[in-house]
Amino acid sequence: MEKRVVFKSAWLPYALVAPQIIITVVFFFWPAIVAMYYAFLVQDPFGLSSHFVWFQNFIELFHSSNYLDSFKVTALFSVLVAAVSMSLALLLAVMADHVLRGAVVYKTLLIWPYAVAPAIAGVLWAFIFSPSIGIVTYYLLKLGVNWNWVINGNQAMLLVVMAASYKQVSYNFLFFLAGLQSIPKSMIEAAAIDGAGPIRRFWTIIFPLISPTTFFLLVVNIVYAFFDTFGVIDATTQGGPAAATEILVYKVYYDGVKAADLGSSSAQSVILMLIVIALTVVQFRFIERKVQY
Amino acid sequence: MKDSTTALMVENRPVADFIAHAILILGVIVVAFPLWVTFVASTRTFDEIVNVPMALTPGTHLLDNYAQALSHGSEKGSSAPVATMLFNSFVVAVSVAIGKIVISILSAFAIVYFRFRLRQFFFWMIFITLMLPVEVRIIPTYQVASSLHILDSYPGLVLPLIASATATFLFRQFFLTIPDELVEAARIDGAGPMRFFFDVVLPLSRTHIAALFVILFIYGWNQYLWPLLITSSESMYTIVIGIKRMIAGGDATNEWNIIMATAMLALLPPALVVVFMQKWFVKGLVETEK
Repeated sequence: MEKRVVFKSAWLPYALVAPQIIITVVFFFWPAIVAMYYAFLVQDPFGLSSHFVWFQNFIELFHSSNYLDSFKVTALFSVLVAAVSMSLALLLAVMADHVLRGAVVYKTLLIWPYAVAPAIAGVLWAFIFSPSIGIVTYYLLKLGVNWNWVINGNQAMLLVVMAASYKQVSYNFLFFLAGLQSIPKSMIEAAAIDGAGPIRRFWTIIFPLISPTTFFLLVVNIVYAFFDTFGVIDATTQGGPAAATEILVYKVYYDGVKAADLGSSSAQSVILMLIVIALTVVQFRFIERKVQY
Repeated sequence: MKDSTTALMVENRPVADFIAHAILILGVIVVAFPLWVTFVASTRTFDEIVNVPMALTPGTHLLDNYAQALSHGSEKGSSAPVATMLFNSFVVAVSVAIGKIVISILSAFAIVYFRFRLRQFFFWMIFITLMLPVEVRIIPTYQVASSLHILDSYPGLVLPLIASATATFLFRQFFLTIPDELVEAARIDGAGPMRFFFDVVLPLSRTHIAALFVILFIYGWNQYLWPLLITSSESMYTIVIGIKRMIAGGDATNEWNIIMATAMLALLPPALVVVFMQKWFVKGLVETEK
């Protein structure tokens, strides 16, 4: 869609786009290109000299069991975050769509965690699940569960999944609720008159009708789990124990900033870029079908 | 409207209602539980917290803890005053929100209301920034900031975050719905493009700007990785970074009462924005994701 009527000026449009284009080039394009260039370099340990090694960094990564493990950890983490936060959100949204009284109050009380920074959510959950002073840990022990995420990799994974899902439940809840409220009530009524019970109605009518929302949220949640959860990991497990929660984004940071392995970290950045590009393309092809421009 | 249709449904309404309320209340409790524990810990002494299990009722040290946090932070770990961090977070969140809105609305206006060479090219350049989150370009971006001498400064905290493809798209979509008659009328009245922008486009965009501001304020406030990299002096920490720096040692050495008071201070401003500007928040969230 284009405007029929436009203004004419030789310089004004360039001046108007200039601030955004300058920021984009200086802080987005240039660093991304430099990261791609570094990905083909090997630097000596003192950072004094570097030489061009073609795809060696990439080959080493795909032969490194650490990196492949990090891929697996990330896949597990993002699937768990998406599954936990979406199923809880859908359950709550269906219930909120059902109740007549207090729906607005429930909504308010369920959406505020969206505002909690991932790092802060990590601190909160790590505190109540802390091995020595955590309040939940104390009661888990009474139930016979020995909870210590500092040494138990599976428990560490559970902790970061809980902390990362916290704000996403709110986000998914809002979108599911909007999706549910847009379903014509007459349709559900017709099914009810035909004798379909609430569970049957959910799976045969409501669930298929909100599938576009579900698919959209799936992509958004995976992108979130891949990139925005750095704060959760850094504020809690820092990738440990024994790399059990070392997701790809954390490894890029750790290898690049803490271990100062510029080439390998940059090669990992490039791989992550390809993942974002793939996810963005999926998201946009989907949205093109959904939204009429 | 809802009453008349749902009343028609045949099954046992009271039971279904009871289950729905029970699940929702359980959800609200689970969601609120970490916040409640944090609040309680922020009102108790260190000894009361490490004496497991801590009672789940508020203690008597609320003022002491918050006063200590605000004035000189945690004595172990980072000892920067949290008041400074709050101020920094506020500056960053407001600057990121305003910066993104200003540069996006200007570039969207240019792209919709002018025909110029490179128009499509610029549009695609802005689009591609969606695919370059700060996480995939951390070291080179740090080097750029370093060579521009903006490490450890507000411009360094803000500038690399303020290009926004989503805000530009949102404004572009909206501008395309503004009737052409308004431009024609403005041109007949002899108004130039900037006059049209300030007198027509900007007032019409008010609700979109408000909704975006709420979302972007939260986005800016909650930034973590970039402030972590670029700030080295305590006086430039944002509160989200500061709290991480306070957690230095193990469970027995961290000053949990102060850390939890700081956590409350870190999450309250954006949470209050969500609760009290709910209408704008929901609008912004739904629109920026289109």
